Amino acid sequence: MATAAWPGKKDRSLIGKSITRQDGPVKATGRAKYSYDLNPPGLLWAKPATSPHAHAKLVSIDTKKAEALPGVKGVWKDTDLIGEEVRYIGQIIACVAAESEEIATEAVALVEAKYEVLEHQVIDNDPKFATGRASEQEVGKVADGFAEADVTIEGDYGVPVITHCCMEPHGQVTEVRGGELYAWPSTQNVSRWADRLNDSVGIDRAKMHVDCQYMGGGFGSKFTYDKWGVIGTLLAKQTGRPVKLLLDRDLELAIAGNRPSGYTHIKLGVKNDGAITAFEGSVVGTGGGGGYRLRAFPYVFEPKNRKTTMKGIRTNRGGQRAWRAPSHPQTCLLTFSALEDAAAKIGMDAAAFYKKNLNLTARPDVYAEELDIAMKMIGYAEKAHLRTKLDAGPVKRGLGIAMHTWGGLGHGSECRVTINPDGSVKAEIGTQDLGTGARTVVSIIAAETLGLPLEAIDTRIGNNAYPASGGSGGSTTTGGISVSTRMAATDALNDLLGHAATKLGVAADKLEAKGGRIREMGNAAKSMSWADACKMLRTGSISKTGQNNRTEAQKAGLIDAGVGGVQIADVSVDTETGVVTLNEMAAVQDCGLIVNMKTCESQVFGGVIMGITSALFEEALYDPTTGRMLNADMEFYRIAGIKDVGTIKVHMMTGEEYEKRGIIGIGEPPVIAPAAAISNAVANAIGVRVPYLPLTPERVLNVLA
Amino acid sequence: MKSFEYATPRTVDEAVEQLAEQWGETEVLAGGTDLVTCLKQGLTAPKRVVSLKAVKDLKGISSTKGALTIGAMTTMGELAGNAGVQKHFPSLATAVKNIASPQLLSTGTVGGDLCQRPRCWYYRNGYGLLAQQDGKSLVTAGDNRYHAIFGNAGKAKFVSASSLGPPLIALGATIKTSSREIAADKFFQTPKSENERETVLNPNEIITAISVPLSGAENATYEIRHRQGLDWPYVTASVAKTNGGTKVVLGHVAPTPWIVAGNDAAQGAKPLSGNGYKVKMVKTAVKRALAAASNGASN
Amino acid sequence: MTADEKTNMQGKGLSRRGFLKGVGAGGAVATIATGCSTIDRDGVVSLTPRGPENTPITLNINGRRRKLEVEPRVTLLDALRNRLDLTGAKKVCDRGTCGSCTVLVDGEPAYSCSMLAVEAAGRKITTVEGLGSPEQMNAVQEAFVENDAQQCGFCTPGFVVACTSVLDKNPDATLEEAQAGCGGNLCRCGTYVGMNQALMDAAKSLKGGA
Repeated sequence: MATAAWPGKKDRSLIGKSITRQDGPVKATGRAKYSYDLNPPGLLWAKPATSPHAHAKLVSIDTKKAEALPGVKGVWKDTDLIGEEVRYIGQIIACVAAESEEIATEAVALVEAKYEVLEHQVIDNDPKFATGRASEQEVGKVADGFAEADVTIEGDYGVPVITHCCMEPHGQVTEVRGGELYAWPSTQNVSRWADRLNDSVGIDRAKMHVDCQYMGGGFGSKFTYDKWGVIGTLLAKQTGRPVKLLLDRDLELAIAGNRPSGYTHIKLGVKNDGAITAFEGSVVGTGGGGGYRLRAFPYVFEPKNRKTTMKGIRTNRGGQRAWRAPSHPQTCLLTFSALEDAAAKIGMDAAAFYKKNLNLTARPDVYAEELDIAMKMIGYAEKAHLRTKLDAGPVKRGLGIAMHTWGGLGHGSECRVTINPDGSVKAEIGTQDLGTGARTVVSIIAAETLGLPLEAIDTRIGNNAYPASGGSGGSTTTGGISVSTRMAATDALNDLLGHAATKLGVAADKLEAKGGRIREMGNAAKSMSWADACKMLRTGSISKTGQNNRTEAQKAGLIDAGVGGVQIADVSVDTETGVVTLNEMAAVQDCGLIVNMKTCESQVFGGVIMGITSALFEEALYDPTTGRMLNADMEFYRIAGIKDVGTIKVHMMTGEEYEKRGIIGIGEPPVIAPAAAISNAVANAIGVRVPYLPLTPERVLNVLA
Repeated sequence: MKSFEYATPRTVDEAVEQLAEQWGETEVLAGGTDLVTCLKQGLTAPKRVVSLKAVKDLKGISSTKGALTIGAMTTMGELAGNAGVQKHFPSLATAVKNIASPQLLSTGTVGGDLCQRPRCWYYRNGYGLLAQQDGKSLVTAGDNRYHAIFGNAGKAKFVSASSLGPPLIALGATIKTSSREIAADKFFQTPKSENERETVLNPNEIITAISVPLSGAENATYEIRHRQGLDWPYVTASVAKTNGGTKVVLGHVAPTPWIVAGNDAAQGAKPLSGNGYKVKMVKTAVKRALAAASNGASN
Repeated sequence: MTADEKTNMQGKGLSRRGFLKGVGAGGAVATIATGCSTIDRDGVVSLTPRGPENTPITLNINGRRRKLEVEPRVTLLDALRNRLDLTGAKKVCDRGTCGSCTVLVDGEPAYSCSMLAVEAAGRKITTVEGLGSPEQMNAVQEAFVENDAQQCGFCTPGFVVACTSVLDKNPDATLEEAQAGCGGNLCRCGTYVGMNQALMDAAKSLKGGA
């Protein structure tokens, strides 16, 4: 009788190993078809017409000229918006569908709209634009904490609005046939992408077929159908033809999601021995037109006396969306900048300062162990210096540390595993692979459970016809899909073992599946091949659906939540040009039981690189006069290239203590700390804080001037 | 992008005939790395695009009479890879290498580099080359971190995007066109209206070649950039030292390449609200370019 | 305009040569009054301007000649993706910055988003599909897969083409030289660590090493 508990290390043939992702070859050869790549017969191209004003009342929309352009086949107007306000440049007001992309682009320029222009506001960092009531929270008594302190430091720090900049833009191909919708969106939520879409398009939810085999990046911004999903569906319905609607890059950057800013003033009280006594921080920031709140502030270190206030700035910019580890990268930067400034103020080594205060964290032992490992990896003992002892010469080197935390409990998920009489195995699950290797994870768990090689599993994902699985956000996928797959495969296997038991004359609960055979536990002599066992199913396949019941699974040690990580950056700063060069980054991370070491490490490398990118390059820049995003392109909205990220070393915490917790997600944690670590390293290198990200040459030169 | 017709003349004369006398009616297509983007951005909507790909005698690098002559359709990659260029003009080779994108080097041309339009984000977002709104400069009131610190008293606040302009001026090059020869330092101009462009070329005039004198000058280019890969420089400095003196020409600091004195490169700089940091960069770039020229090592 | 009109091959009342010139300048144009609309076999050069409507070209892609009709404004990338269903080259920035659209033109890497399809006629074009198949990958593709140098995979074909180009030219490339071959490409997922290893492994395998 197979059980759902994860096998111990010596019994694992696949789990925890370094396994090459299964869809690697189709991607690397350009054969993988993403939503953007689908060209069904009769395809029409749709392009949205958008508001050129950051804030205005929309008076009218006239699409006559666009409709008259030869090749235009469908037009949609947002009639509900007429008389209402448009709130940012790029807000969609109409859309045309045409025979070619060129014609659609040309037709959009012919859409005429009248507006009454209103005042706009796009500044994201000035408290004077903050509106509404501040949310305030006090734990302990900060006044007492500051009274206890020997030294008080104060500082301003900030993180700008950045965007997701998914390589594949948002959008989808849609087709309506016989009253049924066929949609191929670029999504991180295939099972529930279409939820509530029926409200807008008049097609029954049960008649919506959603498929996404490959998708070019989401990072939190692609959970639902969005306005373009509605428009694409309505145009498909109107024209009776498939419609491709994916955003051009300028819209992708300006309207398809961003990460809210956070600008703070922090006051920190410390004793001369380094103990933190009080923390007070006020934050303003914007997520566009909606509400604003950063969670987890102060970050990781929670002084007993702490007070925070938070206030939002409403801006006429595109709206915020979840961005890999929502809130954490911002609050990490804000908090850890203040922490290392405090250490510098009292002349204490940063690592020693953190160690002194680990009791203020949720997992002191984990952080202590990880910090020591990271320090060894970076050569801390040899390289570290106080902020008062700078390198001679124009290029100065420094180290900086930051830590992070994340939940990562597996999401709700169902998976169906089918064992066929011919020995073939199918795993079907309505999850999606964002590039995390989810497809391969399903195969690994099913193959491990059934004692088969990886290739024996026919894994099907990316379709809402399969058992539903959660959206891929918050590092919840690997845990969720692993448990549901494990449950289904275990259940199916037990059924098969029942068949084999009679033939082998061994009780089913004494049987196991290993190495492609069904055998008596510990007795390879009494066994039969997988194929022979399956042949006994003559009458039909075994098909079982497994579930991730989060509470039970966590209790059973299959999944867990809560990880820590420590990262140390080693940078060089050219004080005559302001250019910051990342020499090396050490990242130490735990995530419970690792399913696939190769793709897990890739997540950490990728997270660190994305964090480095935000530290050095990223900022959505808006023009105050026109309200337009000035760098809605990839030329001045910079992301790091291959030579910009230095040497990155990753260490995954493994071993019984970590593995017994079960699986914990890994997508978010590593992206959190890099910016704070790099900012601290720059401060350590040049002796002064560059308060606001990104750490561009101009910002560095400005603080040195 | 509006539709246009496409011409493929085979001679310089044919090319000139295909071109209109007014800016914007026709456009010259060389490597396309900038023009195709301008077309997509609607910065120009010509009725005809005249491709130079089939025009004879515009490609290649030859050494004649104390000068190196570079055909206008020579790609940037061919220029940087040429042994003569590497030997005599490290400042040119460096300026090209710093573009850092093999794709741009293989398609972008020498003539195209000199004629490319500015990257000013107000211009590229459709607010006009001079970025005026209600008689005021959007640049002055807005985000001008990448804009001009020299030569910005008029309406033009953008910076010249040319990589080759500064080293060619420093080296005393001559630009040959379909109708005349122009000293490199007279080639660029600061437009005063939306109807003018950033060079003295006429709408129906094309660059045919560039001639760089083999003066024996020690020369180098130093560039300050953010990303190591493809990126626009903050500041470049190209220097050429001869017995007659040292020429220092800056890039990306003014609407044209900007000639300065080597011993006081930042003199006369008038930063806007957000680009004062460029003054420090100018000093650094010039210092490092001068040092590189003496060492025979460009960065 | 009378002299010009003689050369008008399209019968639209506009000269196909010098149609934008004033009368004075137009006078000189009559010298090629015999100009004909002949287009050479692949649509590389024609004696009269073509378009703005569809015009026939032949693209030599991955060793195959593909005939198609395109407007002059159609980019090579859009011709590949939208007309020939060769979707390996991706549209990401569409402005010659990110490299996702990279193809080889006459063996050199180029941004296909910044090249008109008509300009590519008669040239040898290799797309990522022409470098290998899932069953038979080239050395770079193999190394990308093995070293997990891809996540979402959307930038990957562009990187594969750029890397193949740099290593084909110089299998002895140092890591830094190989990285320079990727200077015109960008990845958002952050796969550069795997890519560095892939570059070195592919170089080794191209040199016939183990």
